[in-house]
Amino acid sequence: MQISKTSRRILADLLKSETGQSFHDSRQWRIGTALSGLSREHGIADLDRLIATLSTSRRSPLAQTLVEALLNNETYFFRDRAMFELLAKQVLPRLAEARATSRTLNIWSAGCSTGQESLSLALLFAEQAPRWEGWTISILGTDVSAGMIEAARNACYTPFQIQRGLAVGQMIKWFDETPRGWRAQERLRKMVRFEQHNLLDALPRPTSFDVVLCRNVLLYFDDVTRRQAFDRLASTLAPDGWLMLGAGETSIGHTERITPDRALRGLYRHTSFVDARRQTGPARNAAGRI
Amino acid sequence: MKTSLIVDDSRMIRNYLRSSLQALGFEVREAVNGCEAVIRCEESMPDLILLDWHMPVMDGLEFIRLLREGGGALQPKVVFCTTESDIAHIRIALEAGADEYVMKPFDRETLHMKLQLVGAA
Repeated sequence: MQISKTSRRILADLLKSETGQSFHDSRQWRIGTALSGLSREHGIADLDRLIATLSTSRRSPLAQTLVEALLNNETYFFRDRAMFELLAKQVLPRLAEARATSRTLNIWSAGCSTGQESLSLALLFAEQAPRWEGWTISILGTDVSAGMIEAARNACYTPFQIQRGLAVGQMIKWFDETPRGWRAQERLRKMVRFEQHNLLDALPRPTSFDVVLCRNVLLYFDDVTRRQAFDRLASTLAPDGWLMLGAGETSIGHTERITPDRALRGLYRHTSFVDARRQTGPARNAAGRI
Repeated sequence: MKTSLIVDDSRMIRNYLRSSLQALGFEVREAVNGCEAVIRCEESMPDLILLDWHMPVMDGLEFIRLLREGGGALQPKVVFCTTESDIAHIRIALEAGADEYVMKPFDRETLHMKLQLVGAA
């Protein structure tokens, strides 16, 4: 399904203003497939006519639906499992020592889609329950899409969704079979909350996060917007916190505030933290960890 | 090369699984029911078995019970691939000795992830 250049510009403006995302050339082909269902639903065979209605009603439900149809909501449990192992084996033990007094951990999954990443994090803690007994674990999942947040709050997954990335043993231990699908149990859901939020806006409740996951989100931003997003992430990351990006993403060339963690590939720290450690030498704790 | 056995009475499913496993570097053999799968295993025990539940002659459950009881020390990883998606069936399969469970429909990425989980890929 083809659309005119004018329609493409209207859609690009709408997507940019609502989400900060840009239409790269690689996404152009998706427009037709993403919108053809909507076109049928609204009984308008001509996509250009459908899009033209946006110029007078950018805040309409249709505009929101169009934006949501253009977003890539691909996600699954323990996506890139090696990174979750890195969190479980390297990051969480260090945080357990660093936060031993407050016994509180705040984690942010930015661009959480339907919630599988946030629940995977909750599972990491649930599977190490004795270690985290008496701790307050708070996992915030945010997404620009209202539809995705509604689905994430339901925490209910089809058989196709639930088995993507999740071992069958985890599935039957931590999820209940319901008439609507496989629903995360209360012991997982109580660690997680979901809020609709645009990554470029300030968070409704400013929090200092010990770990921030923002994977496969920044790649949809142009350079200027990506820099703004990195600023937002850096502002919310605890001074000694960790940022995790997607496998194909990096902070290099996009921000001076965040630097790759040389020891833990795929993780990023505050540049100021890394610089201070370089000058003073790594502070080792009782276990000899840096 | 890792070896595998696909046990399913649907040619379409066998073809799909065959191409998926070959893409992951497996040598692939096929059986159309549990009885034929027993013979294939006696010829040579594979590293991995993808097993359907409902098949004529001998179903997947009967096959895996025979395999786990009398298949010898060289036990393969067994992944059920079935339309049965309720927890009762899943528990029965696990108790019978399945290592993983895939509910149809599924895609290649899901299958790959499941094989990684059981250490077969």
